[in-house]
Amino acid sequence: MSTYNAIRYNVDYANVGSLKLISTQTASGSASISFTTGLDSTYDEYWFILNNIHPSANNGGLGINFSTDGGSNWNVTKTTTSFVAEHSENNTIAQLRYDTNYDLAQSTADQEICQNIYTGNDESVSGIVKLYNPSSTTYVKHFISNTQSYFASARSWHNLVAGYCNTTSAINGVIFRFDTGNIDDGIIQLFGVKQ
Amino acid sequence: MSTYNAIKYDFTPPAGTFGDMVLISEQTASASASISFTSGIDSTYRTYYFKFINMHPASLSRLIFQTSTNGGSSYGVIMTSTTFGAYHNEGNTEAVLQYLAGGDNAQTTAFQELTPIIATTNDACCSGELWLFNPSSTTYVKHFMSNINTENQTYSFQYFSAGYFNTTSAVNAVQFKMSSGNIDAGIIQMYGIA
Repeated sequence: MSTYNAIRYNVDYANVGSLKLISTQTASGSASISFTTGLDSTYDEYWFILNNIHPSANNGGLGINFSTDGGSNWNVTKTTTSFVAEHSENNTIAQLRYDTNYDLAQSTADQEICQNIYTGNDESVSGIVKLYNPSSTTYVKHFISNTQSYFASARSWHNLVAGYCNTTSAINGVIFRFDTGNIDDGIIQLFGVKQ
Repeated sequence: MSTYNAIKYDFTPPAGTFGDMVLISEQTASASASISFTSGIDSTYRTYYFKFINMHPASLSRLIFQTSTNGGSSYGVIMTSTTFGAYHNEGNTEAVLQYLAGGDNAQTTAFQELTPIIATTNDACCSGELWLFNPSSTTYVKHFMSNINTENQTYSFQYFSAGYFNTTSAVNAVQFKMSSGNIDAGIIQMYGIA
């Protein structure tokens, strides 16, 4: 006959769910949103889901950077690619292009994951950034960003960015901030992905 | 002594072991004119994720979608969008990445193309995903992004669509259909993410 303990340990928790919410942060006139806890060896993959990130100043480009010292410094060396599909509401611009203005080559600068968001009340960027195995002390750290924004009041802007943090130190902090002004509104959630 | 029912209702899952991506609804096509999700899209979840599994058309056609702000009474929210794709044929004579101007929308209420033409041969279909962000917002336009791969008559065709429904009304229903004919088979799952 099954005992209570046998029942308890026979539950297969590992297959119940694959996405675990670790942290939710809501911007309100915030200079940045940073995650300095929860990024460790618990998960091999982390997702940041961005919903309606809205700038306080026109021409805001939302950037991401990383830390290996728990957020004391945001300056990890990165090499990246950036390309965009854009289409204007008046149908005069419709193209796919690599954007050399926003890739990085061994730079510690913030990586922009979208550009030129304006402050119109209904304008924002949403999307997802995936960060792989940040706690590795063997490999560089890959990330992939896929964002969709309302560009400069009148254009659909689909920005795909990817690259690697060129370090074998563990990444334990991630920051999001605009290149000008504050994050006026929006929510960024950090999830761990069970493999 | 604890009874079985007492144990059942006293069960508390350990923290961190249950997922925060919840299957809300699954619909299976069987010669269906369309698949619509008219419930479950609300402020319960901030992000919605649709998964397409082996969508097979009855005739040569594209998978397309639109949204509704009136619970599905009509589907035609103004949208601006982009489309691009990469394709490669089985004969290895074409391998292209390009913007697909025929599939985008500029302030129109048309349905958004999510795929190229899907073949009707028995093994042809498309599979992929679509993200819809914060549809219940009454402040922001509603962003979406999709990434779907299709067997396009001896081509592998990866099709990316993204854009925004240019409304500050809440979006509360989504409809998928083929550009002509029925959805012969396939499954669409809708998930909510906390």
